[in-house]
Amino acid sequence: MDQSMKHTISLLVSNKPGVLTRVALVFARRGFNIDSLVVSQAQSPEFSRMNIEATGNERTLNLMLTQLNRLVDVIHAVDHASDDVIQRELALFKVNCTPDKRTSVLQIADTFRGQTVDIGDDTITLQVTGKSTKVDAFHTMMSPFGIMELVRTGKVLMSRGKESTA
Amino acid sequence: MAKKMKTAAEVMLDVLYENGVRHVFGIPGGNSIPIYDALTHHPLNLILTRHEQGATHMADGYARSSGKIGVVCVTSGPGATNTLTGILTAMMDSVPMLVITGQSITPNIGLDAFQEADILGMSFPAVKHSYMISDPQDISRIIKEALHIATSGRPGPVLVDIPKDISASLIDPEIENDQDLPGFKDIPVADPVDIKKAAELMNRALRPVILAGHGVILSGAGEQLMQMAEKMNIPVTTTLLGKGGFPDTHDLSLSMPGMHGTAYANKALTGSDLIIAIGARWDDRITGVPENFCPHARKIHFDIDSVEIRKIIPVDCSVIGDAKASIEALLPHLEPGDTARWIKQINRWKRDFPLKYRKEGKLRAQHIIEELATMAGTEAIACTDVGQHQMWAAHFVKSEKGENWITSGGAGTMGFGLPSAIGAQLARPESMVYTIVGDGSFQMTLCELATAVINKLPIKILIVNNRYLGMVRQWQHMFYENRLTGVDLEGNPDFIKLASAYGMKGFRVKRSSDVRKTLKAALKWNEGPCIIEAVVEQHDNVFPMVPAGAALDEMIIEAPRRKRSGEGEDQ
Repeated sequence: MDQSMKHTISLLVSNKPGVLTRVALVFARRGFNIDSLVVSQAQSPEFSRMNIEATGNERTLNLMLTQLNRLVDVIHAVDHASDDVIQRELALFKVNCTPDKRTSVLQIADTFRGQTVDIGDDTITLQVTGKSTKVDAFHTMMSPFGIMELVRTGKVLMSRGKESTA
Repeated sequence: MAKKMKTAAEVMLDVLYENGVRHVFGIPGGNSIPIYDALTHHPLNLILTRHEQGATHMADGYARSSGKIGVVCVTSGPGATNTLTGILTAMMDSVPMLVITGQSITPNIGLDAFQEADILGMSFPAVKHSYMISDPQDISRIIKEALHIATSGRPGPVLVDIPKDISASLIDPEIENDQDLPGFKDIPVADPVDIKKAAELMNRALRPVILAGHGVILSGAGEQLMQMAEKMNIPVTTTLLGKGGFPDTHDLSLSMPGMHGTAYANKALTGSDLIIAIGARWDDRITGVPENFCPHARKIHFDIDSVEIRKIIPVDCSVIGDAKASIEALLPHLEPGDTARWIKQINRWKRDFPLKYRKEGKLRAQHIIEELATMAGTEAIACTDVGQHQMWAAHFVKSEKGENWITSGGAGTMGFGLPSAIGAQLARPESMVYTIVGDGSFQMTLCELATAVINKLPIKILIVNNRYLGMVRQWQHMFYENRLTGVDLEGNPDFIKLASAYGMKGFRVKRSSDVRKTLKAALKWNEGPCIIEAVVEQHDNVFPMVPAGAALDEMIIEAPRRKRSGEGEDQ
């Protein structure tokens, strides 16, 4: 039994005030921490799309999914833990970088197809996109240089091919 | 040009009226004045209460006894927060209710204005859905949606918060915005595959038990349930809220299971090889620790709400849909098995472990409750409050119809008994209504006596007075070495004088031998409500009892006898 599997839930919800609170309460009531959360307007402006990452017990998560689906403002909620879907995340890393280390930092960034978005006397800010695991790996590689700040957007996802994203 | 404009409040009342609402329960305040103003010239009847909590329980009793939605209208701030207990009560027990709250004027919201409360935010965990109206032209749409959500599928409470400037706005009643509920799911229809699987399990079972809950009553499936039980010769145990969904008086009835259930219901569940739950949600007061709950029985779960499936108890088969429709679909697939031996065993348990109490000596709560229920008959509506008296009522009131048994189950809300009876009597003026309350729970909403008096409602209020918060005392006695704290209700009023202060009739009974005579007089009393105060044995405990955390077969069937003589077994 996977006690603490990571789940990515996507929700299509009504684009109204208070919906985020209603959704968040379902997680909070069961003591589920939300690891990441992305909310944005869906293709049609009446709806919003939420992508939520949470870690926890599968049985509880399945119960929460039915509870989310029961909310009047939720059109549907689906767990993508085992689906093959397109997943992307964007992260900004502000790294300690004196001129003597620049080459090594940029070499690593290049390997990850990172982009330099800001550069100063002793800092460099890099943008990395991709799967969350790739962002994690980049995080590991940058750590020895000293990461001053790190911001991740959280995961967004989309189904492959013709299938529409739930 | 000569278009007739109306206030949003007036339009709202019209929509309610057109949808069959006739009574509104509540008490006004500054931010609901435009709504109350519209009530002055409207055919809707306002039932003025003394407290907002009372209004919600009245709406609740109204709904449970009639199957129609109960409507509440209160003001903002504390008026709104006072409804939360009643909203939770309705949510836990799936009762259709619409709670309309006044709110500060739109420009003041979020600025800590006088009597402003974020009732919308506070409502989220306790409602089926909730709204705040920001465009007055939306009022008709939102009220219609709210009524629809509250009453369809698994019913529940819906809250609509209306800022004062919105309710007072003049709008064109002809213009109506379209309903907009893309996320509201239709009532599920049972999957034929699941129905077949359920039938197979039932046809093969040798020791089956049906566990019937509130869903049976809500869907009006009593008749279908009866057909199924009789055809298959399966005993039926009804949950506290399912009581009456199958007649207590039927040979196949096991009455209530669980913590204070009958010994035979619990023995039947424990000994069964198949439990068929219909519209019952495996409440912890029935299952105890889920892992220990009848591990050897297979389980089928019929429910309209998919959230309940496998929420607590793993099941072998689930059927998601309306109880009545599901049973109807199931019936043709059922072939009676051989349950004769099982029924024989159950009848032996019924004979060996009946519910009982001593009628001699001091007056017992059970005695007067049983006598009142018998004299009032099964056509009367029985309401209860929460506590020991509630469990005794569950044991000794014999119900034949779900809508004649009204009690707060899931939330266990003390103070429910009196106002719910007021609501029930208003919904069904032709029925006799009695309510059984404890001296503790009664005092939580006793201000509503005034509401019963002004409306001349002939409710019989039986106060079971043991001068204790009896259920807590029982736990402290049994599980905390009788360290009593916070349970002595010293300072109770003289309930007969209290009745007279409200201009009501009061009867007091202290001796078992006077029970019939007093009840006879009280049941004849029809000039408004009356109080029957029964001064009962103080230290009686409710048995059978399954201690919290234990399995059903570890129940304590009778009070342990330390002394051979007399009452007060716990002394």
